[in-house]
Amino acid sequence: MQNAVEFHEVWKKFKKGEKFDSLRDSIPNFFKNLTHKNREIALSEHEFWVVKNVNFTIPKGGVVGIMGPNGAGKSTILKLLSGIMSPTKGRMTINGRLSALIEVTAGFHPELTGRENVYLNGAILGMKRREIDRKFDEIVDFSEVGEFIDTPVKRYSSGMYSRLGFSVAAHMDPEILIVDEVLSVGDIAFQSKCAQKMRELLGSGATILLVSHQISLIQSLCQRVLLLNHGELIKDGPTDEVIPYYQNITFRKNEEDFKHKVKSEQGKVKINQDLALEITDVVLYGRDLRPREEFAPGEDLEIKVDYNVKQEITDPIVIIDIIRSDGVLCCSINSKESGKALGKLYGKAAIKLTFKGLNLAPGIYLTKVSFWEKEMIHPYIVHSHNVIRVIAGKGINLTNAVFFPEVKWGS
Amino acid sequence: MLQALKELIKYRDLFYMLTLRDIRIRYKQAVMGFLWAIFMPIVAVAAGILIKQAMAVVSGHSIDMLSVVSISVKVLPWTFFISSIRFAVQSLVGNSNLVTKIYFPRAVLPLASIAACLYDLAISVVVLVVILCFVHLGVSIYILWTPLILLFLVFFTTGLGLLLAAANLFFRDVKYVVEIILMFGIFFTPVFYDADSLGRLKVFMLLNPVGSILEALNHAVVLKQMPDLHWLIYAGVTSVVMFYVGMLVFHSKEQSFAENI
Repeated sequence: MQNAVEFHEVWKKFKKGEKFDSLRDSIPNFFKNLTHKNREIALSEHEFWVVKNVNFTIPKGGVVGIMGPNGAGKSTILKLLSGIMSPTKGRMTINGRLSALIEVTAGFHPELTGRENVYLNGAILGMKRREIDRKFDEIVDFSEVGEFIDTPVKRYSSGMYSRLGFSVAAHMDPEILIVDEVLSVGDIAFQSKCAQKMRELLGSGATILLVSHQISLIQSLCQRVLLLNHGELIKDGPTDEVIPYYQNITFRKNEEDFKHKVKSEQGKVKINQDLALEITDVVLYGRDLRPREEFAPGEDLEIKVDYNVKQEITDPIVIIDIIRSDGVLCCSINSKESGKALGKLYGKAAIKLTFKGLNLAPGIYLTKVSFWEKEMIHPYIVHSHNVIRVIAGKGINLTNAVFFPEVKWGS
Repeated sequence: MLQALKELIKYRDLFYMLTLRDIRIRYKQAVMGFLWAIFMPIVAVAAGILIKQAMAVVSGHSIDMLSVVSISVKVLPWTFFISSIRFAVQSLVGNSNLVTKIYFPRAVLPLASIAACLYDLAISVVVLVVILCFVHLGVSIYILWTPLILLFLVFFTTGLGLLLAAANLFFRDVKYVVEIILMFGIFFTPVFYDADSLGRLKVFMLLNPVGSILEALNHAVVLKQMPDLHWLIYAGVTSVVMFYVGMLVFHSKEQSFAENI
């Protein structure tokens, strides 16, 4: 069987910054490029690779997801596919009529009416006039624009605008379809209609390439996922196998941002120089008593807090919080409430807290340790620094849930 | 090159829709609407007559009907030429959202904006023909040359438009340079006067293909003479070469439009 899409060692170079060649250099270059087809491959100072040596083939009828963090080169690959850009190096072949659901309203002109825009946008997306004539009523019905079809689209609400755009695009019957994050227009009813339309296309035997950050969407539609990072294809395989890798990448990125933020905040907040109490170190241990950051869901976690008390204090309260990277407070352990009295403190000491089976869902979390005076009116010190990374093992996928309990089914 | 033309033919519906768009939006929310397509050339003709009248007063001659007719016949193609170039130069940059987001042969954009200007020309030509009937200009066999002469003009305009549209995408200076050239162009093109009246300088006027095209048109329609065949051939060859070069350069640069816009 013939492949619908083939990428063979495709490279793509982009320019950085606004600096462009001076007219003196670029006019000779302009004519040189006209005569000599081979462009220079070497990377110059203001250039970088957005797509590096990407190889893949998609058989006819395949439904493939493309994932990767921001800046991984997903959109560039789609643009190469649709022919908007051409690769710097390498070869790609496409067999079949290709349509792209990227920026479905790009072809709209605000001064024209909905009706005129349907025809215009349809033509821009590669439809024939007769084809649009035939599908016109269907398109208008689908878009729910109804009686406003003869109103200039500049008077449309943004929802109507994008719904009409999507409807036009969704009524093409392509052999290869490229979808880039456009399935999230309109209200829930409209979104389910879009998903329905996608399934119809799937059933029609079209080859589909879907770019999305929505893991659930990819899981429900694609059998195979290409994972990109920094322009390289790092994983290509069945959806369930690749998704954990994707999560790992996004976690790591999240964590870096997080650490960076924490650091910069620490730099800012230096109110009180002579603190009565100082936290010298917070270390996380696993069951094996080795310091680490990565934990599996359900694993034991021990937090050890080293502190130094400079002025004697009595019965302070220690609070240890675990906060998810998006700011959700997941748990808060109060030493007084959980029956730990610290008594009179002076000098260097340490305190430990063990979580028996940390039932957190995979994700990035932050610990926050604070010492309060016994009335809980003001803190001696707040220390948020440590990152806990709960790693999805095989078969555990990222959810929006906080809690990941050990469960048992019965009947 | 042949493939590029084939692809353009495949996208003819898009060309048609974009032309329609350009025509529609030009007169949207304008009370006078399409009347502008007639009114603008009338203003240009009036300006030409005014200049001619001024020159006539200075030199002591009086202005005859024939020169008024001659000005109107030449102003329409000239208006078509300058507005086509003006719109074509902006056509890629003005549609940058399409150029960077959706694939189609990019030549459709400048071609459609030129086609929209051609539509305006057609309207004003109809009006002009009606007026010429009223002034009893009459016709000769030589009027059969006009379609060919206009075809040359369209070829030349298209080639130049494609070339400048692509150039403007890379260097925005182009549109200013073009604006300046078009502004002074009227002095160096026999629109308001006849090339014959210039004596030795005539050659320079006719070396400009638009100039020789306008002169040929004047001969065929107004003077009812055979156009100067040498200059007509010159205009024809230049137009075809211009068209070819325009298509070639445009096509070879097309691939890099999206990332350089």
